[in-house]
Amino acid sequence: MTTRTDRRTFLKSAVAASAALVIGLRPDGRFAVAAAGAAPTTLNPFVRITADGTVEVVLKHFEMGQGTTTGLTTLVAEELDADWQRVTTDFAPADAERYKNLAFGAQGTGGSTAIANSYLQYRKAGAAAREVLVKAAAETWGVAADTITIDNSVMRSGTHQAHFGEMIAKAATLEASSEPKLKDPTFFRLIGKDRLARKDTPAKINGTATYALDVKIDGMVHAVILRSPRFGGKVQAFDVTAAKAVPGFIDAKALPNKAGVAVFAKNTWAAIKAREALTATWDFFEAESRSTADLVKHHLELLDKPQHQAVKGGDQSAAEAALAGADSVVDGEFVFPLLAHAPMEPLNCIVEKTEKGVRIHDGCQFPSAVQFAVSRVLSIAPADVEVHTVYAGGSFGRRATPTADYQSEAAMAFAVLGGKTAVKLVWTREDDIRGGYYRPIVAHRVRVGLKDGKIVGWDHRIAGKPILLDTAFVNEDVKKSGIDPTTVEGVADTHYAIPALSVGVSYPDTPLPVLWWRSVGHTHTAYVMESIIDMAAKAAKADPVAFRLALLEGGGKDATRLSGVLKLAAEKAGWGKAAEGRHQGIAVHKSFDTYAAEVVEISVSAGKVRIEKVTCAVDCGVAVNPDVIRAQMEGGIGYGLGAVMRNEITLVNGEVQQSNFTDYEPLRITDMPRVEVHIVPSAEPPTGVGEPGLPPVGPALANAIYAATGTRVQRLPMAANGVTFA
Amino acid sequence: MAVKLHVNGQPVTVEAEPGTPLLWVLRDDLALTGTKFGCGVAACGACTVHVNGEAVRSCQTFIEDLEGASVTTIEGLAGPAAKAVQTAWSELDVVQCGYCQSGQIMSVVNLLATNPRPSDADIDAAMSGNACRCATYVRIRAAIHRAAEIMEG
Repeated sequence: MTTRTDRRTFLKSAVAASAALVIGLRPDGRFAVAAAGAAPTTLNPFVRITADGTVEVVLKHFEMGQGTTTGLTTLVAEELDADWQRVTTDFAPADAERYKNLAFGAQGTGGSTAIANSYLQYRKAGAAAREVLVKAAAETWGVAADTITIDNSVMRSGTHQAHFGEMIAKAATLEASSEPKLKDPTFFRLIGKDRLARKDTPAKINGTATYALDVKIDGMVHAVILRSPRFGGKVQAFDVTAAKAVPGFIDAKALPNKAGVAVFAKNTWAAIKAREALTATWDFFEAESRSTADLVKHHLELLDKPQHQAVKGGDQSAAEAALAGADSVVDGEFVFPLLAHAPMEPLNCIVEKTEKGVRIHDGCQFPSAVQFAVSRVLSIAPADVEVHTVYAGGSFGRRATPTADYQSEAAMAFAVLGGKTAVKLVWTREDDIRGGYYRPIVAHRVRVGLKDGKIVGWDHRIAGKPILLDTAFVNEDVKKSGIDPTTVEGVADTHYAIPALSVGVSYPDTPLPVLWWRSVGHTHTAYVMESIIDMAAKAAKADPVAFRLALLEGGGKDATRLSGVLKLAAEKAGWGKAAEGRHQGIAVHKSFDTYAAEVVEISVSAGKVRIEKVTCAVDCGVAVNPDVIRAQMEGGIGYGLGAVMRNEITLVNGEVQQSNFTDYEPLRITDMPRVEVHIVPSAEPPTGVGEPGLPPVGPALANAIYAATGTRVQRLPMAANGVTFA
Repeated sequence: MAVKLHVNGQPVTVEAEPGTPLLWVLRDDLALTGTKFGCGVAACGACTVHVNGEAVRSCQTFIEDLEGASVTTIEGLAGPAAKAVQTAWSELDVVQCGYCQSGQIMSVVNLLATNPRPSDADIDAAMSGNACRCATYVRIRAAIHRAAEIMEG
């Protein structure tokens, strides 16, 4: 696709758009209505209704596959009683004031918050639109507003009938009330509907969906970057002689921060070939030059003397004393490897010059961070960094970095080339696998004391590079506490009733860039908690489900909801009644305010493990789009399984050993078990589903492997630590 | 070098360096961006297209080998199998991020052309080269069975 955004086409579209009613947020946070084009600078819309009656929902969250194009749209369409076939979507521009994530205070998507923070806001936008359309119809027809009904976008009162488009001119002159009335959930027709066709399906099955890699700007050049082979290395010198011989090569320039050399060419292939021909020398003085084994050893040593206590009132000596008085102690030492996110669409974006600044074309997960970072690189105002958001080919966390890493690189490349020519920066798969921003290496050591079959003390220690602590994503209080919430989430805030719980934390020192990876800290904490609980149940000679339920009994709402999914998953999976040759493992975990339990069923033949079936129960409050929830559970389960089975990034003398899907092998269709998802009916506010399906699957698999073989897998990935998969 | 071939039924003359993958010719020169770049080493299947009726990875198919060839991309996909597959994909909402789905669909259409009623094992064997990081595999399997059913009428 070619995107033209010159002034003439902008004016043309502004004129075309003026025949529309827009519903947007005023600076005071109230929804207001206007004719489009009347006040575009003060009213960035959430909803546009055009003359033909089409309802266009403006999405403040990007779409990486998690279903926002369907979810946010459902909320508006529900309140409007709109015809689902006549609702379309558009991605919002960068505007933190209007489009901020109410959970973050900045514009961005992550932490499974899209539906949770939009649930009331987007319903209100739909309700405000409904209110003015109904008022307009009442005045036009001379009837009372409460005689008007809406069904599938058709407004009726007595013999009067109209579609939304016929009322927009009148509606634009009316005021929306400050608190438009929301529908009683009893009357929901779309929210909770079992199957509602995804909005992004049609374009994604015929090749027309536009991802950033598909955007073409007239005159743009293609760039790839030669990066330091070790993290933190700086380029000293480079030689372009051989690169010059590659047809299509334009130029090569060191990035201003010396992190790499940008190679420019007339097309992607020429850029890739020219980079292959480039040679460079590097300064590794500040670089990470250790190997994985050294790093793991460093992490394990840090467990001996924790630097911080993560539990309020927690005391390591009290936990140790409780353990000393225990009948028996269950213990484990766990090590988790670096993981790359490896979304299907390699990272890329385009930087294009505008009159006042630049426009970034990107599957943009965090517009506010991109505006800030790019504005710093180019010494312009953040507001002069426009963001054109398009579909993202997956992310799993990778497209949101606090430093906007790849967008900043693109801005640097754009600047060193002269700041006039549009630059499309592409990462190859090798760049992606070797490019850092990994799930950090994490080590846990846990000792659990039992007396009369009950837990009496728990000494838990974690070492891993913090993800958030040094970023603008946490406040001063968190920084002062010294505890990175993403290191301890899922342990320090456990809902199991555990006496004498101590969670000690230590942070290694390494320049390795680390990042949240689908479900963040829960990627490792759930694995450890649910493995150790299984071991404790075994030591207490208790059934794993009954043991967990006992630890949750009498707890608060969280414990009750955890018990609910645990019981449901166990019931639906036929817990304890596995067929001959089948073995089950179970795990339950809360993450991102959603509760999920999973039973993994495996078979073992000639020493090879085959994952046969996963039964999942999830409680995410009101199920806005049940089929999207099922899809996210299926996806989270698959993504999690692939990683625990065989994914790891390893270093030798600081250099990444993996390079592509050949040695960082993704889960394949041949590995994928049957998946059954059960959603707990709930009237609680909706919570996220992108991440919570993942945490329980690893430990449930580990527990199934233990049930089948008697082996506890405490180092990941499993395939590198003694497990063979069919 | 200049290479003459048919792309989606249209005669095209391509000017490209020998060794240039068909993938980049399609995407950068012919603006057929429905074919995706995922790995560049034929390990993910996102770039799958049909060359003379066979599913191939366009990242490892080189322009000098395509003189006179007939190439079909997702944009030019047509016929009863294509329609059945796209209908099944739509009915079951297979897609998530969608980036691999062009390649998945090109592989499935090729599978159904030779095996109109594939078993789960046939599907796994034919589709194991098409990676999906969103792990939509459960639905891919179900949708292939559904497409086969639609084609039988």
